[in-house]
Amino acid sequence: MSGGLYVHALDMAVGALLLAGVLALWRRDLAAIVRLFAVQGAALAALVAVLGLHEGHAATVALAAGILVLRAAVLPLMLRRAMLAGGAFRETEPLVNVASSLVAAALLALLSFAVTRPVVELAPSPATRAVPVALTVVLLGFFVLVTRRRALSQVAGFLMMDNGITAVAFLTTTGVPFIVELGMSLDVLLAVLVLQILTSRIRDVFGDSDLDDLRELHD
Amino acid sequence: MSAAGTVGAVAQVLLVAAGAPLLVGVMRQVRARLEGRAGAGVAQPWRDLRKLLRKEPIAPHGTGVLFRAAPLVLAGAALVAAGVVPLVTTASPLDGIADLFAVIALLALGTVFLALAGLDTATAFGGMGASREMVVLALVEPTILLSVFALSARVGSTNLGEIVTTTLHDPQLVVSPVSLLAAVALAIVTIAETGRIPVDNPSTHLELTMIHEAMVLEYAGPDLALVEWASAMRLTVLLGLFANLFAPWGIAGTSLLMLPVALLAFSAKVVVLGGALAAGEVFMAKLRMFRVPELLAGSFLMALLAVAASFFLAGP
Repeated sequence: MSGGLYVHALDMAVGALLLAGVLALWRRDLAAIVRLFAVQGAALAALVAVLGLHEGHAATVALAAGILVLRAAVLPLMLRRAMLAGGAFRETEPLVNVASSLVAAALLALLSFAVTRPVVELAPSPATRAVPVALTVVLLGFFVLVTRRRALSQVAGFLMMDNGITAVAFLTTTGVPFIVELGMSLDVLLAVLVLQILTSRIRDVFGDSDLDDLRELHD
Repeated sequence: MSAAGTVGAVAQVLLVAAGAPLLVGVMRQVRARLEGRAGAGVAQPWRDLRKLLRKEPIAPHGTGVLFRAAPLVLAGAALVAAGVVPLVTTASPLDGIADLFAVIALLALGTVFLALAGLDTATAFGGMGASREMVVLALVEPTILLSVFALSARVGSTNLGEIVTTTLHDPQLVVSPVSLLAAVALAIVTIAETGRIPVDNPSTHLELTMIHEAMVLEYAGPDLALVEWASAMRLTVLLGLFANLFAPWGIAGTSLLMLPVALLAFSAKVVVLGGALAAGEVFMAKLRMFRVPELLAGSFLMALLAVAASFFLAGP
């Protein structure tokens, strides 16, 4: 892939990754959050594919296909099933209201730009310059994870954080060993399976998936 | 300064002045058709203006000079903005002051005067509309400044003519995260500034929801005509500016021959954008007033990320 096109495609993929994260913070509709998570997975796959094509690694391109299947299709479908079974379709009352959480997201973006400066200066290249954006996605995912009440949006936040971590890994090292990425993806899949079972158990026992109701002890 | 630039500037002022009510007519017609109504026709806003202009000028008892001056300031600011912004030509003789900050300040000046006029009537609706308009304006301003900053960082100038010319010569600038984020932010802000549907409903007179209409409730006759004409011009200028910042193709430079093409291209762009806006409005409901800050905070975040991306991401 030639220089100009490579930088362009890389920037667009990173931009889409970030945009999906921001929009997920903005929307209250759980179905929309799941869709945005699928979009983010596709953007991550595109990012990995662009890096693989640029480096000429066939294994990385194959990995991109795997990421596309797992994060843009399988995981969103599972989240969707959990949502339909749960019967709660809106994030009614996040701990931090949406306007403040958007401002907090702006601060998180600035923070990640500030703290990744040394990393970028180590080896300035188009890929490392996109690291702050990927780190912003990690922080946004973490923010969603800690401020939302519904178990499902917390799982979506966790998965977005993982998307960000994967993006950081690929942007800094250009090529995580195949076996490591495979193990990581399998871990994520298992975690989601466990969380899905946990969510349905919580709902069966307490009748709701609002985790703030679980603070008191019951017999 | 060139002859073509002067002719172009005059032509774009005339086009905006004459075409703005027609644009409003087109948008109402699109909306009516999509809702299954026949619609009043594209020229209806002009007929309304003619009817209003023939009525006797009348002002409510106890209003002062602000109330009478506001429509004039509003229309004057919109006309100057129409002359300054590169809508048809980038070689306008007013190009030296065609700073994005100056244009936004011009448009805000009209809004502020209208809000003052709303307060001047001392009716409950006028004051309510004015305070709401100021809330929206205060939230819109930082977003506009930031997205302008993002767009001008890569050009190295906040001059509108230069931003448009650079984009014209380097089309791949349009497809970058910076443009994308700034476009989303500016689109939301344009909708808020022109009082279109998720923020304000231009066709409502329901006291709980109206913003713009509440401020102009006390106007009648020629004054009302002036206010309506000026808000139509604002809409046209903002849509044209948005179109030319992100898709400047067809705009005339210093050649006289390009002018007719540029006039046609500008009209087509604005009509397409306006039609899309009107079509989108059919499927949307107005947001509650307390949800508007959320929308504008989102657009602020996009603008901030656009600025960050313009400095940190490697340019192609």
